[in-house]
Amino acid sequence: MIRFTKDHEWVRVQDGIATVGITDYAQQALGDVVFVEVPEAGRALERGKDAAVVESVKAASEVYAPADGTVTEGNTGLTDNPALVNSDPMGEGWFFRMKLADPAQLDGLMDEAAYSAYVEAL
Amino acid sequence: MACAVETLPGDPDLSDQTEPLLRTPLHALHGELGARMVPFAGYDMPVQYPAGVLKEHLHTRTGAGLFDVSHMGQVRLRGDDPAKALEALVPGDIQGLAEGRIRYTLFTNDHGGILDDLMVTRVGPGELFLVVNAACKQADLAHLRAGLPGVAVEYLGDDAGLLALQGPAAAAVLARHVPAAAAMPFMSAITADIRGIPVRISRSGYTGEDGYEIGAAGTDAEALARLLLAEPEVAPIGLGARDSLRLEAGLCLYGHDIDTTTTPVEAALTWAVAKRRREEGGFPGAALVQRQFREGAVRKRVGILPEGRAPAREHTEIQGADGAVIGSITSGGFGPSVNGPVAMGYVAAAHAAVGTPVNLMVRGKALPAKVAALPFVPHRYYRG
Repeated sequence: MIRFTKDHEWVRVQDGIATVGITDYAQQALGDVVFVEVPEAGRALERGKDAAVVESVKAASEVYAPADGTVTEGNTGLTDNPALVNSDPMGEGWFFRMKLADPAQLDGLMDEAAYSAYVEAL
Repeated sequence: MACAVETLPGDPDLSDQTEPLLRTPLHALHGELGARMVPFAGYDMPVQYPAGVLKEHLHTRTGAGLFDVSHMGQVRLRGDDPAKALEALVPGDIQGLAEGRIRYTLFTNDHGGILDDLMVTRVGPGELFLVVNAACKQADLAHLRAGLPGVAVEYLGDDAGLLALQGPAAAAVLARHVPAAAAMPFMSAITADIRGIPVRISRSGYTGEDGYEIGAAGTDAEALARLLLAEPEVAPIGLGARDSLRLEAGLCLYGHDIDTTTTPVEAALTWAVAKRRREEGGFPGAALVQRQFREGAVRKRVGILPEGRAPAREHTEIQGADGAVIGSITSGGFGPSVNGPVAMGYVAAAHAAVGTPVNLMVRGKALPAKVAALPFVPHRYYRG
């Protein structure tokens, strides 16, 4: 299952663990990503609050937590190679993994079709 | 005279949203080239092309980049002795400027603050040519008209053409069309024509690279741009890369690194205040600037090199080792040629020495950094 937020994060849940990244639309809007700060394992995240930072040549942006939970892993691969966010935003360019406090919180997010329509309308 | 702040790519647009954006003569071409357009200094300008800021920046450092800088203000001054007259408004040695030579100078106010920075070309005994910042041009024109009685101030218009061709391949590219361009010294100007298009060519720019600025009538600008873009070394470059290039080159952006609250001494632009003018004065704010020359200023613009990978942006607080606030960043970001974060800012004079450790407060955390020598990337101007 993959879901999308209005802030252009995606979240994919497998075996109770959610992987979070930013969408292709978001990486294109940001341009060349040059720095990423991901949360460390154990950090408690709150839905809609800052979880990570992504900086392009142009500007810094926040990545928000799509739900409440606890970080299990930050993608340290992005520290060495932030450009993965541009080249593979939905794959190798993921930001962090988290254990969800209440998986039902994701029910309110968009599915792929709804997100596509949302982006089309922007 | 207040001058609006030029917004940077990525910054919120501070210009009056109700005013329709102006378009340069290359507007249609930018669309054709797939540019992403942003409001900048009242114009709809290309921030980047499909290649992206990083590649565009690096291309300019290795090949040649073509920039649309038609938004800049081009002004002709004519009179009996416009050089002498202009010295009433700027601290540069304009009278000592030889024909065909260019100088960087500043409009100062009565407090020694900087109203704008500009390039002045001595065209002939009775004529100067000025290039001023886009966001300042209306204020500059009013300032010139009020301050230079007897001098005709002619603005070339919002739709005049100005291109910058920058990078190590620029000379070879332009010499195919104007052989004389190859031997022009840095900060000199000629008139020429390129396949029948009359142009003003200056060996100058604002990237730290060798290169030219080429002025042409608005109606000729697109043909000229297409001709240069057809050269294999040339790629179109947007404002995003222009900003990262000038930052690596340690060059000030008006409204950010210099403004009405910063003096030439504080801004480390003392080289733009001619020796004769330091002694004679006679420009706005001269007394204060002369005092700062004698006694030093309390703060100074310096380069800042963050130690980690995180960029420190404009307005980031700079702290000394003891945690006291000693200044702030005025331009900061990622330097593609440096391959890391670079910044400039003002610090208290006691902390201005190269190598001084400082902390940058980024998202509430103190990131270690050092005061660094400018430029971050050596200038490669053509000295002949």
